[in-house]
Amino acid sequence: MSKSAYSTPGKKGKFDKHIIVVWVDNESGVLARVVGLFSGRGYNIESLAVAEVDAKLNISRITIVTTGTPQVIEQIKLQLRKLVPVHKVADFKREDKNVIFKEMALFKLVGNISKRKKAFNACKKYNAVILDKTNKSYVVQVTALRREIDIMSKNLKKLGLVSVSRTGAVAMTRGAETFK
Amino acid sequence: MSKLSTGAEIVFKCLEDQNVEFIFGYPGGAVLPIYDELKNHNSIKHILVRHEQGAGHAAEGYARSSGKPGVVLVTSGPGATNVVTALTDAYMDSIPLVCISGQVPTHLIGTDAFQECDTTGITRPCTKHNWLVKDIKDLPKIIHEAFEVATTGRPGPVLVDIPKDIQFQKTTYSKPKRKKKLNGKRHNNFNQNDIDELIKLMSKANKPIFYTGGGVINSGPKASTLLRELVDATGFPITSTLQGLGSFPGDDNSFLGMLGMHGTYEANNAMHDCDLMINIGARFDDRITGKIDEFSPKSKKVHIDIDPSSINKNVKVHLPIIGDVQDVISSTLKTIKKIKPNFANSNKQKISKWWEQIQKWREKKSLDYINSTETIKPQYAVQRLYELTKGKDTYITTEVGQHQMWAAQHYKFDKPNRWMTSGGLGTMGYGLPAAVGVQIAHPNKLVIDIAGEASVLMTMQEMSTAVQYNLPIKIFILNNEYMGMVRQWQELLHDKNYSESYTAALPDFVKLAEAYGCVGIRATNPNELDDKIIEMLNTDRPVIFDCLVDKQENCFPMIPSGKPHNQMLLGPKDQEQNKITGKGKTLV
Repeated sequence: MSKSAYSTPGKKGKFDKHIIVVWVDNESGVLARVVGLFSGRGYNIESLAVAEVDAKLNISRITIVTTGTPQVIEQIKLQLRKLVPVHKVADFKREDKNVIFKEMALFKLVGNISKRKKAFNACKKYNAVILDKTNKSYVVQVTALRREIDIMSKNLKKLGLVSVSRTGAVAMTRGAETFK
Repeated sequence: MSKLSTGAEIVFKCLEDQNVEFIFGYPGGAVLPIYDELKNHNSIKHILVRHEQGAGHAAEGYARSSGKPGVVLVTSGPGATNVVTALTDAYMDSIPLVCISGQVPTHLIGTDAFQECDTTGITRPCTKHNWLVKDIKDLPKIIHEAFEVATTGRPGPVLVDIPKDIQFQKTTYSKPKRKKKLNGKRHNNFNQNDIDELIKLMSKANKPIFYTGGGVINSGPKASTLLRELVDATGFPITSTLQGLGSFPGDDNSFLGMLGMHGTYEANNAMHDCDLMINIGARFDDRITGKIDEFSPKSKKVHIDIDPSSINKNVKVHLPIIGDVQDVISSTLKTIKKIKPNFANSNKQKISKWWEQIQKWREKKSLDYINSTETIKPQYAVQRLYELTKGKDTYITTEVGQHQMWAAQHYKFDKPNRWMTSGGLGTMGYGLPAAVGVQIAHPNKLVIDIAGEASVLMTMQEMSTAVQYNLPIKIFILNNEYMGMVRQWQELLHDKNYSESYTAALPDFVKLAEAYGCVGIRATNPNELDDKIIEMLNTDRPVIFDCLVDKQENCFPMIPSGKPHNQMLLGPKDQEQNKITGKGKTLV
């Protein structure tokens, strides 16, 4: 007989990666409500991006990358919709071809010019821009997918990468339609 | 120019416009301006409790028994932290509470000022929503919105934190504006197709069951009336969760008793074997489902709930119907009357075998116990209390533990809002202050807290509140000197290692009653029990009734955790029989 006053865990389903987009009233504490919901109910947050998108209507857009079973993802959406400052919630599967996902990263590269050039060239296919240049260093901005940035930050280590700063993913649907 | 009012005045104007009659509270530095204003508002009566947790539970009892939101007023810091248990309790059991807390002045927030705490931060996970008022202009709107959030959809607690300087500042008051929906949140989201689908499932079912919960109570008394009509119109059996007791008459033949961990044999087996489960306003809580993977494996499941996030949270259902229970049942009844006016009769034959099976389970008499002429069995005490108070329209509250389950099993309710118990959070110490709140809402009714001696000591100080306001509540303590449910688990699952579950020093409850200025009565054997209960009922003052019961008695039947519904542990009578057939103490 189980010695616990609670039942033992059942079977776990397969985990999928989802991008959840939440439109909220931009008021104090709203991010804490959203993040607290995730931590309180044991949901994952892989990355998070948040900023005001409509100053007049006072709306912020929160983009959360999360993983979970289909049942958990469904719960995340339903629980989010219950929060008073939440207006709408969108959910995209990571594989969804109709949605653009992007993250931005800043790389600080220190080293001689040839090493730095080599590093910059390696970044080129990810919309690389040099934002700052000294005779010892570059600060390079790239926009790419999460795993591409992961790979780059690994590869650039030997080419003088000394510091990385990156955002959470943001998402938008392709085409003329917007999410209602 | 319109008249300016202070923040404190606005608080009361809002409460007046929300038809609030009672506030449960405790004063302190950060709410003094509000307490100063109290004298100017005669329609609102303040009930002074002895601890803020008591204020919260009293407001819960008030809300649960009256259908109106309970209002709590506490100071900053410890005032707010003390009310957290009650807020969480209300959140788990969907009780509408509006808690107003004082806060240190805005310029001191964040400085670790005296009696400062991050009240909105602490209460964020245990309220539906909370607000820190930083601008006096927002105050009227926020308080009105607080009432709206607390009482609409799935009800629950909210908190408004008002810094002391805001209570002094002035602005113009504005009346509440009723909004259709808040940020696009709708409460009824079903259509006729859902109802048609439900009726299709109902007419196909051979082994149907209604599984009803607190949502029926929260939907209002009309929902309970409609539920009775629905059971009549279908002839289906019905079981209820702990929170749903009273929405259907407990002594009706269609009622299988409570289900779940300490539910009846017939209710749990019917849940396990049914082919159609219609969940009305319940939430597939783990005390109900047992082992999820083996929960009612062969049934189609319908879930009627006002909260979309309750759907598929614990158990996957075939047909979700999102809406207010009253509206859904009403639509269902209308449709049945239109297309199958003779549903119950035509269906009788089809489900007769099912009823026969249920009858067989019933014959187990799973609530039976071995009575004694020497000691008072706790079940017997509850049964006698029921028999002697039946027909008096009694309101029952409970604490948490064995006594709570015995009350749920043996006290039969026939009306909603008569049963107040802490189900979700399981808060020991809930029942006494809840009884205070119930008696405030129903001054001329009989209000009894069926208590355990360990639980009741957690909020015993509220007896003083009961005496102050002449509230003749009856605290009926089933005193076994143990934390009974803890002791039971230790006996059954931890090799009788009764670690810290015995209270070696208890107060003399009769003397304690006298010390509080109320009446103490003690019953020590079954022969005197009836007379003592009658003495209690005839006392028009608060009573503490110390009922000395069997110390070893366990609460059966029981589904051990992690077991499915058809593997119940039955009581000693059945265990004896099993010994004869050589099965021993195995699971039935």
